Amino acid sequence: MIAITVNGTRQQVDVAPDTPLLWVVRERLGLTGTKYGCGMALCGACTVHLDGQPVRSCITPVSAVGTRRVTTIEGLSAKVDHPVQRAWIELDVPQCGYCQSGQLMSAAALLARNASPSDADIDDAMAGNICRCGTYQRIRAAIHRAAALAKGGSR
Amino acid sequence: MKAGARAGAPTHTQENRPQAAAARPLLARRTLLAGGLAAGTGLVIGFQVSFPARVLAQAAKAGVLAPNQWLRVDRDGIVTIVNSVPEMGQGSLTTMPMIVADELDADWDRVRVEQAPADPSRYANPITGSQSYGGSRGVRDHLAAWRKAGAAAREMLREAAAQEWRVPVTEVDTEPGVAVHKPSGRKLPYGQLVDRAAQLPVPQNPTLKTPDRFRYIGKRVPRRDTADKVSGRGVYGIDVKVPGMLIASVERCPVFGGKVQSVDASAAERVPGVKRVVQVTNGVAVVADSFPAALAGRSALKVTWNEGPVSQVSTPQISRDYAAAATQPGQVARNDGDATAALGAGGRVIEAAYEVPFLEHACMEPMNCTAKVTADACEIWAPTQSPGGTQAAAARITGLPAAQVTVHTTLLGGGFGRRGEIDFVTDAVETAKAVGAPVKVIWTRTDDLQHSFYRPATYNVFRAAVDAQGKPTAWWNRIVGGGILAQRGRAPASQPDPTAMAGARDMPYDIGSVRVEWVNKDFGIPLGFWRSVGSSQNIFIVESFIDELAHAAKADPYEYRRALLGKSPRHKAVLELAATKAGWGSALPAGRARGIAVGFSYASYAAHVAEVSITPEGQPKVHRFVCAIDCGIAVNPDQVKAQMEGGAIYGLTGALHGLISIDRGRVTQTNFHDYPMLRIADAPVTDVHILDSGEAPGGLGEPGVPTVAPAVTNALYVLTGKRIRSLPIRPEDLKKA
Repeated sequence: MIAITVNGTRQQVDVAPDTPLLWVVRERLGLTGTKYGCGMALCGACTVHLDGQPVRSCITPVSAVGTRRVTTIEGLSAKVDHPVQRAWIELDVPQCGYCQSGQLMSAAALLARNASPSDADIDDAMAGNICRCGTYQRIRAAIHRAAALAKGGSR
Repeated sequence: MKAGARAGAPTHTQENRPQAAAARPLLARRTLLAGGLAAGTGLVIGFQVSFPARVLAQAAKAGVLAPNQWLRVDRDGIVTIVNSVPEMGQGSLTTMPMIVADELDADWDRVRVEQAPADPSRYANPITGSQSYGGSRGVRDHLAAWRKAGAAAREMLREAAAQEWRVPVTEVDTEPGVAVHKPSGRKLPYGQLVDRAAQLPVPQNPTLKTPDRFRYIGKRVPRRDTADKVSGRGVYGIDVKVPGMLIASVERCPVFGGKVQSVDASAAERVPGVKRVVQVTNGVAVVADSFPAALAGRSALKVTWNEGPVSQVSTPQISRDYAAAATQPGQVARNDGDATAALGAGGRVIEAAYEVPFLEHACMEPMNCTAKVTADACEIWAPTQSPGGTQAAAARITGLPAAQVTVHTTLLGGGFGRRGEIDFVTDAVETAKAVGAPVKVIWTRTDDLQHSFYRPATYNVFRAAVDAQGKPTAWWNRIVGGGILAQRGRAPASQPDPTAMAGARDMPYDIGSVRVEWVNKDFGIPLGFWRSVGSSQNIFIVESFIDELAHAAKADPYEYRRALLGKSPRHKAVLELAATKAGWGSALPAGRARGIAVGFSYASYAAHVAEVSITPEGQPKVHRFVCAIDCGIAVNPDQVKAQMEGGAIYGLTGALHGLISIDRGRVTQTNFHDYPMLRIADAPVTDVHILDSGEAPGGLGEPGVPTVAPAVTNALYVLTGKRIRSLPIRPEDLKKA
């Protein structure tokens, strides 16, 4: 049994230690908001936070999590009201939406360490997240908007 | 009926939950419509029982007005609209109900949306006759039917109100969700009228609204699925959970068309978590209690393949054979005037050859499907563009009548034409049938890239005769490649495959003699519908070659095209709009240039202007696209823009990176490191301008793609003097000779 803390809840999972965290949260814990896209940390659809840092859960063995707190998209906010979620809704960012959990987790981590990211900061932080529908211009606008919302900007 | 209420139903109904309710105030703060439209109620992805008899029984139920298959109104005034078009990102879960709700004059806050079951007798596309969705056919093939469906219900509700009030129906109007007696101002909510309305005959030719009365159509309506897509609650096929479900991964022959010769599954079966190994049409399925276990079992399989004849096929040889075939006469797709004579008349002739590669769709959600097969029923959960094809395939495999095959269409993590195929469905149904338990088959990214249906690679020759002013008098174009329909035996062999000709046969320029030919060369590489299909390559080659003619004439490429579009006013109009909005001809920063292209596909007209430079590393960099789109009527303008924004990225990804190569019958590419996708740092902004032509509705999912690549390569020519005649663009092709 391996113990991990996911979205604030301590969980015991009976899986092989090398099982990717992605499949533990999806198949064992039923948290399917985190997506499988490539299995090689190339697309970012599986992005979750470990102690607030974005990681690609598809190549993170569950045994490597240790005591770090795992946050998935389901745990980003209780009421779908994290500034990035509010901004994403306001600008209707998603199309198919499959990559957006990962985009949001990368964006939330960026804003947590940089309250006013520049376009170059966004390029760097979001470089690992592919959107095949091509919503990048709305993602960029929504990150800027989320930064404003997080500072108590106008609604 | 909502599946959540059904015993044993999987836990993926997306109804109004507390979380959704909590999200609603956010929605309500958004920019709302002038008509007072508030944010949508929660999305209901309906996993409705698809047996027609049960649906009909429900329709006849007291207290429900259900005049047709598209909508129901209940005594609470809740309007349930049944969307037949799978939601693959294009916004069908919003646009479709907007159309019905507008004619019904429904209160958008009281509209729920269900996804239609597979039932072609009720939900087939009225134009194609098939319950399969591609070709940007959502709005354009259904607008009339959906408007009529809503209008019929509205007329019945008005009539019911007139009877209630004992007034002439002409005195009864509607406001969202209520009937209004105009002279007295009395009002009755729809919910109180459904019992009486349900007794009335369904009008066959209801009066439609005049466009000035539209409340939703033509306005920005927020997408109904956004909250579910930013919270992780949205259920894609890969997220489906069914009690007792196992997970499978299928090992496929690396060579197209190869078959299993023998399997040694002993090591695979010993892998912890592996339950069964079964042979299916597409290979060998390893069934396990988790996806990692299924993959581990797969790597322990020992399969000997009979690779078959395609193992002799590689990309360099395909290119050589194409070039050789281009010297042979082809089937004639268009023959105006006498292009051959004009080319041989001794005047100036310009000639060029273009080549484009195979491409894969790369949907972000890998192919997957979940199936449950019992003696008398089959239930399928699939992210499919083809609910009808899915149902038919499952009926064939299980031997069950189609009515006993229930198909739940989930959200699709991208479609792009790939999800109109049924190979992932047959994987799941065959495996579930073999193991006697519900099974979800999940493909890996490598499976997706290597076992797909590819945009055909083609080789294309052009010849043009031009007069002393450089104006073309003859246009001759021979296209060599495979045909998607021809390969499937779905096009008559005596004629060019229409999918291979789109964008080339209908090239819009007014030239006296035009001849377009097609040579069918099929190497056994599976061909498929890739976002914008034949137009994706043919508009690239046509818009490149016309640009060559413009430069050969020392003419402005925009003005040169414009002068030749006299007989194609809608092409001309979008070309002019894009050029104007882009400031065509105005100064640009040093090192930047503009390119332009125009095209028609899927009943819409699009033009792009690209602003391009070359990085110090020699890579092309697109700074901005300006796009003009004429789709007839823009039902949800913000989503029209979204489709153009996304189409630009799709087209640019293909132009800069798209290459599927074949080595001994195998696809070389394996994942996103060798089949790269455009990322945010390289993504330009697309500035979209909608041309409201008032014409019949055109498509939107695809028309934003074809003109992107030529706009970019035409700009690169201005910058470098190098004409890109082969995609993807290689930096070495841009270096000065």
